Amino acid sequence: MEVMDDYYYTKEHEWIRIEDNIATVGISEYAQSALGDITFVELPEIGMEVEQFEQFASVESVKAASDIYCPMSGKVIDVNTELEDSPDLINRNCYEKGWMVQIELSAPEEKTNLMTAAEYQKFLESLE
Amino acid sequence: MLSETALKQTPLYQEHVRLHAKMVPFGGWEMPLQYEGILAEYHSTRREVAVFDTSHMGEFFIEGDLRESGLDGLVTQRLEDLAVGSCRYGLLLNDNGTVLDDLIVYRLADAKWMVVVNGATMEKDAAQFQRFITAKGKFTNASFSTGKVDIQGPGSRDLLAKFIKGFEHLTFYTFCECDVLGQKAIVSRTGYTGELGYEIYFPWERLPELWNKILSLGAKPAGLGSRDVLRLEMGYSLYGHELSENILPLEAGLERFIDWDKSFVGKAALQKEKAAGVKRTMAAFTSTSRRSPRTDFKIFSPEGQEIGIVTSGTFSPALERGIGLGLIETKFAKKDQKIFLGSEFKNALEAVTTSRTFYKQGTLRK
Repeated sequence: MEVMDDYYYTKEHEWIRIEDNIATVGISEYAQSALGDITFVELPEIGMEVEQFEQFASVESVKAASDIYCPMSGKVIDVNTELEDSPDLINRNCYEKGWMVQIELSAPEEKTNLMTAAEYQKFLESLE
Repeated sequence: MLSETALKQTPLYQEHVRLHAKMVPFGGWEMPLQYEGILAEYHSTRREVAVFDTSHMGEFFIEGDLRESGLDGLVTQRLEDLAVGSCRYGLLLNDNGTVLDDLIVYRLADAKWMVVVNGATMEKDAAQFQRFITAKGKFTNASFSTGKVDIQGPGSRDLLAKFIKGFEHLTFYTFCECDVLGQKAIVSRTGYTGELGYEIYFPWERLPELWNKILSLGAKPAGLGSRDVLRLEMGYSLYGHELSENILPLEAGLERFIDWDKSFVGKAALQKEKAAGVKRTMAAFTSTSRRSPRTDFKIFSPEGQEIGIVTSGTFSPALERGIGLGLIETKFAKKDQKIFLGSEFKNALEAVTTSRTFYKQGTLRK
């Protein structure tokens, strides 16, 4: 399973890429593969305040719906509107084109509650 | 519940493993959910040709006169005018008129029949047959010696014609016994996808040979995931969802498979229910978005009143919308009724009731 080096990860298989106080959020290769063909993505409203590990989006595949939790607290400043018509972007390119939400971080120190790429890789191996 | 180790395996289990299928428990069997992916397998079936392992299904043989053997009185469909070489869908009921299973009866000869039932219900169905088949009928349960594959899709006839002769004339719901890889086998023009397709009944041990022959000719392997999407787009019932021992056939919208002119197990109870009028009925609905209804979602009226329950739901690739079936209070079961579906009214998805055949471009009668 592909894991991106500079990203941070949750146990629920969300990823977050942090650039200064702005962060981009999506779901990992493991998550998209487990979900299968994604058919619908529900994204939060821009401006919404979210807390770390709070549910703030959902993803539906042919067979099931899954809640997506925000890896860190902050304010939603952008969402990937391309996912409305092409939710399969997550299947095809989960770490770049399939990004879901951008947030302005309010508590950057929360990063310590997340897994680094190496830790996440180990976590995935423990699931097998 | 059955434990993981108690799951039964079909004769194609090793083939599924070799193809890296994602295996899941289904009605006591370990079955392939998907190989390449549900949508890819769906499109292979709608556009080209796919093959499904359906060996978990049960096969019973009955020898004897239709009425004297007790067969006629066991199932709801009319059988007396069924021609040799044809088959017909119907139901097996409890004494109280609810559904033990749905099944297809094949007339193999004047006094020889094959009954095909669901895998999960096979044991209880066999018990019901053993209870009602008389001394004048001979009942054989061949479920574990009969394998089955479904070849489905617009390309299925051309594919099979490459190694089977004499089946091309078959029309929908007819079958023949032909030579398949040197073996006499039943080839039936039936299926569960809405496309032109065939089911082949074949000896259990030799099934891998047939499966690999079909794959080598270009069919894609397809699993239960795509099968469920394909059947739901056609509005077909799935036992355990639209049909169960808690649902009357009249509620399930299947009255056309009941022959009221004959006697059958459960008829008296059913007549009573019919006279009283059923309070709920099967409705089909389409979401107004790409959000999909899911099994056990509640159905709400626009005012937020709970009026039913979703029995099956999925994303329809053909409509690019969520679709579903569900039991709904009869007075709301009109077409074009706005309803809401969800675990609670808040955040429920909006849907509109529609006709039960969601997908109308299928090749099943071509």
